[in-house]
Amino acid sequence: MTARSAAAIASLAFLCASGCTNFYEVPIETPIQAKLDVSAFRRVLIAGFISGGTDDVDANLETVRLLRSQLRSKTNLRVIEAEVLPLVELAGEQAAKTAAEPATLPAVGEIPGAQPAAPATAPDDTRKPEDRKQETPVRSKKDLEKFDRIFADAAFWKKLGEEYESPLIVTGTIMFTPHQTAGFVNVNREVYDQLGRRQVMQSRVYQERKGFILEPKFVFIDARTGATRHSESYRREILYPSAQSTPALASYFELMDQLIPDFLGALSTQKIRGTRILLR
Amino acid sequence: MYFLASVVLAALLAFPLPALADARSDAKAQVEFGIKVAQNGLWKEATYRWEKAVQLDSTYAEAWNNLAIGYEHQGRFDDAEKAYQNALKLDPKNVSIRQNYDLFKEINDRTKRRRDR
Repeated sequence: MTARSAAAIASLAFLCASGCTNFYEVPIETPIQAKLDVSAFRRVLIAGFISGGTDDVDANLETVRLLRSQLRSKTNLRVIEAEVLPLVELAGEQAAKTAAEPATLPAVGEIPGAQPAAPATAPDDTRKPEDRKQETPVRSKKDLEKFDRIFADAAFWKKLGEEYESPLIVTGTIMFTPHQTAGFVNVNREVYDQLGRRQVMQSRVYQERKGFILEPKFVFIDARTGATRHSESYRREILYPSAQSTPALASYFELMDQLIPDFLGALSTQKIRGTRILLR
Repeated sequence: MYFLASVVLAALLAFPLPALADARSDAKAQVEFGIKVAQNGLWKEATYRWEKAVQLDSTYAEAWNNLAIGYEHQGRFDDAEKAYQNALKLDPKNVSIRQNYDLFKEINDRTKRRRDR
């Protein structure tokens, strides 16, 4: 190498050091503002849900547990630990009463399962809660509509809120239904050529699949007034090959995992992590 | 002779003479300072620098790109959208700007959908 070419390389390197690095990858956190202003609330009560669909999962209980744990770890709100309200029964009783006479729901203290008051059933109702539950199965969205009025009963929610220092109340409906479908789907197949090289080929095959559909509607109620502040509905489904046996509870959690960020996004600012390229 | 010319050229590029300083080089200085502070997490200061840069030279696509990222980091989505649009108008073939914009758009669209729901 001559002195001249060495000098040229050195000057090129110098040029590169000073001018070639034109981009810098940086991590960024994009804040997504909460949909609801919850600054007026320090506490949140996940009251319970009107659930239906499959009997394999108690969607009411599981949803309450899951949302409580998520809110506890990912927001600043204090989560109230209380008995889960049997909302299907309460709403059923409300519907029956409304049919007989225009009245509001029973006071919270009279609600079976509600805390802190001791559970009490209606005087003329000697059936076990399990029996009553079986009489009012919620199998479809249409069945749910019958109970929807409970969310508009401001007096009920206000009374419930008074028991817990007027928190933000989260309630709603959860439909978790089995689902089956058949049709052509894209599948990836591994093939090896004569030289043993692996290739992935896509092909369409007819497949019977089964799974679940999760359709929650979250209702956010201001316990100071009993009025609904916000509500939002979602729909997610998951399908597996029919030969695959996946427990309903596992599917439920898989689907809820997809929804949790959106649910949390309603109550608190979420940050989406990513990278961007800064340029000179 | 060749060696001397190379050294002079390198020196000119690395340390531009004050006489050669124009709007673009002032803007470039702001952009570079902005990048340094952004890398240290000082995004507000960085955004301020990039705002200065586009004021000095509104045809500086890279400055608009960085400004858009600064706005994005602060959750100012409308401002970020405008800044990305400016950057892409000035340099439509820039792959990095396009990539940044696509990533931003994904988040922005999702946020809009959530708001409308």
